[in-house]
Amino acid sequence: MLKIENLHATVGDTEILKGLSLEINVGEVHAIMGPNGAGKSTLAYVLGGRDGYEVTSGSATFNGQDILDMDPHERAALGLFLGFQYPVEIPGVSNLQFLRESLNSQRKSRDEEPLSGGEFIKLAKEKAALLKMDMEMLKRAVNVGFSGGEKKRNEMVQMGILNPELAILDETDSGLDIDALRTVGSGINAIMRDEKKAVLLITHYQRLLDEVQPDYVHVLAKGRIVKTGGPELALQLEEQGYEAVAA
Amino acid sequence: MTDNIKTEIRDAKEIDERAEMNAEAQAAADKASAYEHGWSSDIEQEFAEKGLNEDTVRFISAKKEEPEWMLEWRLKAFRIWQEMESPDWAKLDIPMIDYQDAYYYAEPKKKPELDSLDDVDPEILRVYEKLGIPIAEQEVLAGVKGARKVAVDAVFDSVSVATTFREELEAAGVIFRSISEAIREYPDLVRKYLGKVVPVKDNYFAALNCAVFSDGTFVYVPEGVRCPMELSTYFRINAENTGQFERTLIVADKGAYVSYLEGCTAPQRDENQLHAAVVELVALDDAEIKYSTVQNWYPGDENGKGGIYNFVTKRGLCQGKNSKISWTQVETGSAITWKYPSCVLNGENSVGEFYSVALTNNYQQADTGTKMIHNGKGSRSTIISKGISAGKSDNTYRGLVRVGPAAENVRNFTQCDSLLLGDTCGAHTVPYIEVKNPTAQIEHEATTSKISDDQMFYAQQRGLDEEEAVSLIVNGFAKEVLKELPMEFAVEAQKLLAISLEGSVG
Repeated sequence: MLKIENLHATVGDTEILKGLSLEINVGEVHAIMGPNGAGKSTLAYVLGGRDGYEVTSGSATFNGQDILDMDPHERAALGLFLGFQYPVEIPGVSNLQFLRESLNSQRKSRDEEPLSGGEFIKLAKEKAALLKMDMEMLKRAVNVGFSGGEKKRNEMVQMGILNPELAILDETDSGLDIDALRTVGSGINAIMRDEKKAVLLITHYQRLLDEVQPDYVHVLAKGRIVKTGGPELALQLEEQGYEAVAA
Repeated sequence: MTDNIKTEIRDAKEIDERAEMNAEAQAAADKASAYEHGWSSDIEQEFAEKGLNEDTVRFISAKKEEPEWMLEWRLKAFRIWQEMESPDWAKLDIPMIDYQDAYYYAEPKKKPELDSLDDVDPEILRVYEKLGIPIAEQEVLAGVKGARKVAVDAVFDSVSVATTFREELEAAGVIFRSISEAIREYPDLVRKYLGKVVPVKDNYFAALNCAVFSDGTFVYVPEGVRCPMELSTYFRINAENTGQFERTLIVADKGAYVSYLEGCTAPQRDENQLHAAVVELVALDDAEIKYSTVQNWYPGDENGKGGIYNFVTKRGLCQGKNSKISWTQVETGSAITWKYPSCVLNGENSVGEFYSVALTNNYQQADTGTKMIHNGKGSRSTIISKGISAGKSDNTYRGLVRVGPAAENVRNFTQCDSLLLGDTCGAHTVPYIEVKNPTAQIEHEATTSKISDDQMFYAQQRGLDEEEAVSLIVNGFAKEVLKELPMEFAVEAQKLLAISLEGSVG
C-alpha cells in the first residue's frame, strides 16, 4: 500500500530524513517509535505534503502511485489521513461544516456523488457515538475551546467520517487520560482494523500499543529506520530506552 | 472622570500592520480573478450632456418631472457643493476626479412599463440573470410559486425599472417606490424627511448627490406595521463614464419593522466610474430598520486599472424611544470605498448596530466603518467589523463612538478584527472615542491575524484544495457578521467572498 524508499527530506537547510525506507501492506498496523527530533513528525508531514518539507531524493508511492508530486488534498482524496499531534483551530467554522466540505471535496475528486446533509449527519452521529463524542461538540467551531483530549478524540471522529485507507497518527495518544486512551484505541480498531486498510502509529509510549496492537514496530533515529521488530520491540524500548536498543 | 467610568480601550491608537505571511501567498496576489460581472449590455441609453452645471441639475429635475421645490433644493445643494472641497482625511489615495468629464444621467431608452416584470426589456432581465441575483429573487423574477417573497426595486443606471409586489405591499400600507415616483406621489412625506438625517452640506459627496441624484428608493412603513417581506434593490452602473447617484430614504413609523437589502454590481470598464449615494433611515418610537448591503461593484483589474469610486453617505436616525437601526454590510467591490453607515441614537434606549465585512484584494482601497452618536439616555450600540486584506490592497476601519453630555448610561461594544493574506497588503484600525458623560461604558477590542500555514495544511489534508481552504477560513472569520444577513443573502455573500479571493493564494 505505502512504499517509501530511501527518502531524504529537508526542512529549511536542515536534512531531517536521511534515507528512510518503509513498506506497509494492507491489513497491517505499524508503529514508529523514536527519540525526540528523530524525524517522526517530519515523516508524517512529508507524506501529507506539507509546504516547507522538501524531498531531495527517494520515493514514496501509495497503491503504486507516486504521491510526492501531489497536492495535499489530492493525497487526502486517495485515502491518506493524517492525525495531527497538535490539531488546529479554525474559528467560525463548525466541525460539521468543515468535515462535510472536506468529505464532499474528496468525493468529488474520486468522481463520487456528494453526500446530502441528511446522509452526512447520520454518518457523523454514528462516528461520534463510536468515539463517545457529544454531537454538540461537532456543532462547535473546529477545535476552538477543545481540551487537549477532546482535540485528539475529534481527530478520530474526523478519521471515522473521512474513512481513509491509510491513517498516519502522530502522537494521537499524547494528552489523553486512561479512559480516553481506551476510547481512542478502540475507535482506531473499529475504524481502521480492516483487511483493506492500514495504520501507521507514531508514538512514544507502549500504552497506546496495548490498545492497538501493532504487527511491526520500527525505531526511527537520526532520520532513518534503525531497527524493526514485532510488538515485543516496543516493550524492550519501554524497559531499556532508545539508546540501548537502537545503538 | 469618576470611578464609574469603565473604559476599556485596548487599542485606541492606530494600528498599522503590514502582513508577514509567506512569500508564496504574496506572489499570488498578482493573479486576480476575472470579474464575474464584467460585461456590458447593449441597451440604448439616453444621456444628459456631459459635464456638471446648473443646467445639468435642471435637466435631471425636468426629466423626473419634479415639483419646483425639489428643483430649488437641488440647485441649492449644487451651489453648496461648488463651495466645498473633496475630503482628504481618509487613508485613501484618491486620483483627481474630473467632475466635468462625466455623465450625470443615463436612462435606458426603451423605457419599460413600470408595473409588470413581463414588460421589462428582456435584455435587462438577462442582465439580472448574469448578475447572479440571489436565488430568492430569481424565483420571484421567474414567478415561482411559493418562493419566499422579496420585493425588488431594480435601479438600472439611473432609472428605477420595476418594483415587484407593489400591490401586496400596498395592502399592508407599505409604500415602496422609486424616489422619483415618491417625490411626485407623496411629496409631503418625502419633503418631511429628505435631507433631515444627512443634511445637504454634510459632506462633499452628499452635497453632490443632493444636486444630481437620479433615482433611488423610498420606503415608508406605517405605524404598527411589520413589512410582510424583505425589500430589495439592485443598483447597476452600465453606461461608460456615468456616475450613479442614488438616493434612498426609509422611514419606519412607530412600532414598524422593515428589513431592506441592497445589492450592487457594475460591469467591467477601463474608466473609473463614480458612485456617490446617500441613504437616510428614520426610525420612530419602537420601530426597527434592518439594512443589509452586499456590494460588489467592479473593483478594477489586477493592476489597479478601472473600478468604481464608491463614496457613500449612509446614516440612520433613531429618533424615537426604543428604536433600533441595524446596518450589515459585505463590501467586496469598488476600487475605492469611502463609507461609514452610522446611527444617530437620539431616542431613549435606542439601539444602533453595525456589522461589517470589508474585503480588499489587488489594488483596492477601503476606508470604512461607522459612527455611533449617542444622544439618548440608555442608548446602546454594537460594532463588529471584519476586515480582510489581500494582494496590494489597503483596508482601514475608521469608527467614531460619541457620547453626548446628556446621555446617561450609554453602552458601546466595538470589535475590530483584521485578517491578512500575503505580506503586501495593509490593515489599519482607527477608532475615535469621545465620551462626555461619565456613566458611559465603552469597550473596544481589536485583533490582527493572518491565515496560518497550520490552518491551511490542516484543511488541505482533510481534502480541501487551496482556494476552498482559504474560502472556508475567511468565511469562518466573517461568520459573526454573515449570520446577521437574511439567510439567502448570506449564502450569496459567502460565495462572493470566495470569488473575490480567487487567485489571492497559490
